[in-house]
Amino acid sequence: MTNQTVKLGPLATLLMNDKAGRYLLSVLLAMSIVIPLSNLLLPEGSFFHVSTYAMTLLGKYLCYALLAVAVDLIWGYCGILSLGHGAFFALGGYAMGMYLMRQIGDRGVYSNPELPDFMVFLNWTELPWYWQGFDQFWFAMLMVLVVPGVLAFVFGALAFRSRVTGVYLSIITQALTYALLLAFFRNDMGFGGNNGLTDFKDILGYDLQQDTTRAALFFASGIALILGYLISRFIVTSKLGRVLVAIRDSESRARFLGYRVEHYKLFVFVVSAMLAGIAGALYVPQVGIINPGEFAPINSIEMIIWVAVGGRGTLFGAVIGAILVNYAKTYFTGAFAELWLFLLGGLFVLTTLYLPKGVVGLWAQLKDKHAQNKQQAAMKEVEGDQA
Amino acid sequence: MSISKQHHIDNPSVLYMDGVSVSFDGFKALNSLSMFIAPGEMRAIIGPNGAGKTTMMDVITGKTRPDSGTIVFNNQHDLTRYDEADVANLGVGRKFQKPSVIESLTVFENLEMSLKGGRSIWQALVHRLSGAQKEKLDEILELVNLSDRTHHLAGDLSHGQKQWLEIGMLLGQEPQLLLIDEPAAGMTDEETMKTAELFKTLAKKHSLMVVEHDMDFIEALDCKVTVLHEGHVLAEGSLATVKANPQVIEVYLGR
Repeated sequence: MTNQTVKLGPLATLLMNDKAGRYLLSVLLAMSIVIPLSNLLLPEGSFFHVSTYAMTLLGKYLCYALLAVAVDLIWGYCGILSLGHGAFFALGGYAMGMYLMRQIGDRGVYSNPELPDFMVFLNWTELPWYWQGFDQFWFAMLMVLVVPGVLAFVFGALAFRSRVTGVYLSIITQALTYALLLAFFRNDMGFGGNNGLTDFKDILGYDLQQDTTRAALFFASGIALILGYLISRFIVTSKLGRVLVAIRDSESRARFLGYRVEHYKLFVFVVSAMLAGIAGALYVPQVGIINPGEFAPINSIEMIIWVAVGGRGTLFGAVIGAILVNYAKTYFTGAFAELWLFLLGGLFVLTTLYLPKGVVGLWAQLKDKHAQNKQQAAMKEVEGDQA
Repeated sequence: MSISKQHHIDNPSVLYMDGVSVSFDGFKALNSLSMFIAPGEMRAIIGPNGAGKTTMMDVITGKTRPDSGTIVFNNQHDLTRYDEADVANLGVGRKFQKPSVIESLTVFENLEMSLKGGRSIWQALVHRLSGAQKEKLDEILELVNLSDRTHHLAGDLSHGQKQWLEIGMLLGQEPQLLLIDEPAAGMTDEETMKTAELFKTLAKKHSLMVVEHDMDFIEALDCKVTVLHEGHVLAEGSLATVKANPQVIEVYLGR
């Protein structure tokens, strides 16, 4: 077996026992290529033409799916129920938003080449220190990883070393994102307050309103999701992944085996926060705005529902869950806006009660049942023969 | 302070506990407990409920910090300064009363994870099973009678098999000292006797401290017995001597 895996190469090894993942990634890769091409090359009237609206919407789902993978990595595999993952997503989004704001330059309402409009409005005369460097794309992209990563590191180091687990951890993560929500609401924080960052013009010199730019962003989201999935898959299929499962199922066993549980938790928590940050950074240019609302605790809870509905601890379930629930959300908030939250709540209750392994677990459940029925039928036949 | 400093220096010990006390909310779980385990020794620990057996294991393995006293491992490490992971890596393995194996991993994966070394994040991430490790795993699987269950989920094993898997995981750690809490609980008579045999084989290479209630099992172990009561050592000696001790009889049969 070892020889075979060497021949197959690293990518194939990763997906060897992940049939669903192989299908999913193939579909994602095809989507990432075909959808932008159909949007750009096919005439608008064509049946196969994907509108820019639909493509952007799908792009948004892909960002959510990456976020769901990040949540599944810590919740599904390590049992860390973070109810504040929206914070890392939003911070990644803000880092991207800051770059996009700086790109506006003097095209703002106040035509200040240096300061974004909201700072001029606040009578600020110079850029705060923490806005320095965000005019550089590479720096902003670095911050997309560093800011969520550092926050997760500091927060995780404190929480995990003090052995805060279970519902207490969930509560403090919720408090974390709520505290950030309140902080970002304040105008003098320097992040645009209530309105957040918006009115973006271009990214890397390309107009954000152009279909080509939108198509490129969609493609980037698809690729980011695929890479994020592969990274997560690499982690969960390694021995480290099995240690994570050990921590999830029996934390003390892992400790008494000599594994430093807090380090392992911290590692996945930081990786997960960075993936969430990337998702946020890709989300912002596609929706055109980032505001403190992204820190809202309800968002972080919704992410948990995506993963639960899709199927916890499978990674591909998280992707499917995120896309399904968000598609439903788009549909229902359009059709029966006031019902959406009830539906979401109901969905969560139903999933917990009847689909403990989520939508992807349903398939296995049905297959088991089918096998059982077959066995029973066979047994009956044998009994019949004997009689 | 029943064991003198001189004794400590002259005799190589795997575990040396002196005057260890722990109290929880005024309740003295351990009351100046002293004990000495020699290399390759097997020791059975008995005692009524609340005698401090589990607390003793907790202080040795770094889970609970004692209020006072010293615990020296291998004549060099002061265990009171380390936490669970450190103590485990120094060479102390612990088996819990309730079998605690990782139910959603296979027997093989459980054992693989227990193998000595490779505890850092990076090592775990790039880990590949070496030939020597593979042999070691096969050896353990054979020893704990789980060779035909290698790729079954640990959660699907019977209670007795889980106990054995956990013992196998202890062996994977290659500890010098094994702390074993009620290994025979939930085992059939046959399994119990097999376990006693296994421990006797192990005692040659490792030191074992076995907490148990099952007297037949202790008899089969045929080793020195320590009776704990109210957090300290009440009696020590062969099972026969201990059983004949009037204080022990009083403690066990009530006052």
